Amino acid sequence: MEQSAYKPGEHPNLPPPSNTVGPIAWVRANLISSPTNIVLTVLSIWFLYEIIPATLEWAFMDAAFTGESRDECRAKAGGACWAFIGERFNLFTYGFYPADERWRIDLAFVLLCVALLPVLWDRCPFRKYGLYFACAFPFISGWLLLGGFGLMPVDTDEFGGFMLTLVIGVTGITFSLPIGIILALGRQSDMPIVRVFSIWFIEFFRGVPLITLLFVASTMLNYFLPTGTTFDLLLRVLIMVTLFASAYMAEVIRGGLQALPRGQYEAADSMGLKYWTSMRLIILPQALKISIPGIVNTFIGLYKDTTLVIIIGLLDPLGVGRSSLADTKWTGLSNEMYLFVAIFFFISCFGMSRYSLYLEKKLATGYER
Amino acid sequence: MNESANKSNGNPEREIVIVIRKMHKWYGQFHVLKDINLNVERGEKIVICGPSGSGKSTLIRCINRLEEHQDGEIIVDGTELTNDLKNVELVRREVGMVFQHFNLFPHLTVLDNCTLAPIWVRKEPREEAEATAMEYLERVKIPDQANKFPGQLSGGQQQRVAIARSLCMKPRVMLFDEPTSALDPEMIKEVLDVMIELAKGGMTMLCVTHEMGFAKTVADRVIFMDEGEIIEQNKPHEFFDNPQHDRTKLFLSQILNH
Repeated sequence: MEQSAYKPGEHPNLPPPSNTVGPIAWVRANLISSPTNIVLTVLSIWFLYEIIPATLEWAFMDAAFTGESRDECRAKAGGACWAFIGERFNLFTYGFYPADERWRIDLAFVLLCVALLPVLWDRCPFRKYGLYFACAFPFISGWLLLGGFGLMPVDTDEFGGFMLTLVIGVTGITFSLPIGIILALGRQSDMPIVRVFSIWFIEFFRGVPLITLLFVASTMLNYFLPTGTTFDLLLRVLIMVTLFASAYMAEVIRGGLQALPRGQYEAADSMGLKYWTSMRLIILPQALKISIPGIVNTFIGLYKDTTLVIIIGLLDPLGVGRSSLADTKWTGLSNEMYLFVAIFFFISCFGMSRYSLYLEKKLATGYER
Repeated sequence: MNESANKSNGNPEREIVIVIRKMHKWYGQFHVLKDINLNVERGEKIVICGPSGSGKSTLIRCINRLEEHQDGEIIVDGTELTNDLKNVELVRREVGMVFQHFNLFPHLTVLDNCTLAPIWVRKEPREEAEATAMEYLERVKIPDQANKFPGQLSGGQQQRVAIARSLCMKPRVMLFDEPTSALDPEMIKEVLDVMIELAKGGMTMLCVTHEMGFAKTVADRVIFMDEGEIIEQNKPHEFFDNPQHDRTKLFLSQILNH
């Protein structure tokens, strides 16, 4: 047996060998660790080499940023015709909202950011007042967007574009989480009526395609409602989208509730905490934390599903885009239009995804290995 | 037989805190607890032992109604445990419980774990609850860990926090459900030391455990259970030196001679 350089109990902590740390070790471990890995690395580099320069060429170097029509673009450059997006930008953003009143949308958007800050960031200065403001925000923004009480009333028919996406998305996200929580708890309730109602609600809304619900909202509801009642189409869509997302949310949260060890419920019970107190302080904070990836997944799904409203005649960004393409001046520029809309959705969804990762890291308290 | 044992143990001047009379419990068709009769005096320390599946954990979990009994009665500090949630909450307020797997709340710091129930159940002001919590954390010898999360502590430390958390509610009875069974051997002693301290302070304790050394030093009475019945109960030295039933003798020979 070889003699150790140190006596038993006196071995110091040594640094790891130099070839296992640093950039060279990283390349060795991640890019060229095996023959398959080498092949994949080479293929990836070749793929990027083929794609990136061509894309940059089309989107920037050989693109036309100004022009009055497609033909003018084509005369200048062979690539993308961004002049189209530039000319239609306001339509994409505001829909058919009256031009003089568009500042109200801008203001509502700024206020949305102000309201989100204290909700999403727990070290926000004056957070308590910020949260009060966040609770008031839905009413303020509703007033700003719809008008009345001194502002010029705007009909929801005139909503459109990204603004419509945000209205549906933010409303759906804001209301589907609490409703989903209530449904998830209801599904686990000891009270049979509450449980059966929750189960049927969830199963119904999960079992029916969203498009069907939107059609019900836009046409069939008229048969059930007393004749003569008017019930705003956008409001109906908001309700359907919210209920649809709530059903998914409930199942995601139920997964989190079931993942908690029974001991957590028992410990809370054994201290004499009341049901709602133990849910609010002990069970839900942990269950929601476990469910973050699923919750954000549902949010992103909901946000992208807002594009379905085009089917019942609301003009979301894709609707605006398609009607713009019908204009003979700009016909045939669908690449630019879809790419533009895709970038908008990607930025929003990627933001949500990154925030969920940040939240998961922030809430880690040492039990994760 | 149980009645007579209680009387022989009983001191007429001492108050009875827990009365269990003709109590039965079933899990579906399975009869887990059969005709349990047990009186616990204030300040009494009872160790419950027996093979696994004998119903000992279920018995103490019935005392704060984590499990429901189907027949007979359980009266804790004058309150009978029934379906009435008010009674259940009243009893749970007065009865602390320590679990095998600690069941600390991982998303709260040690201090918040300790102050949660006093603040929300007893409606104590936060400063007062925190002062009490620090006092008990001092008693279980981990005041310096107050602002850490449970996941950052060792098993023994977590279990001591769990004991402190229960004590913060100033309970009249403490239930221990195998408090050392999930611990590494090195950590069992630090938890048992805290429990011995607590016993010396006069706490009423019911403890399900396999630590026979603890039973010998601390218990006023040892109860042996098998297949849902209380087979035998006695003072510890009588119980260990002179067991009456064959089943008890077999059990003791198996746990003591290994």
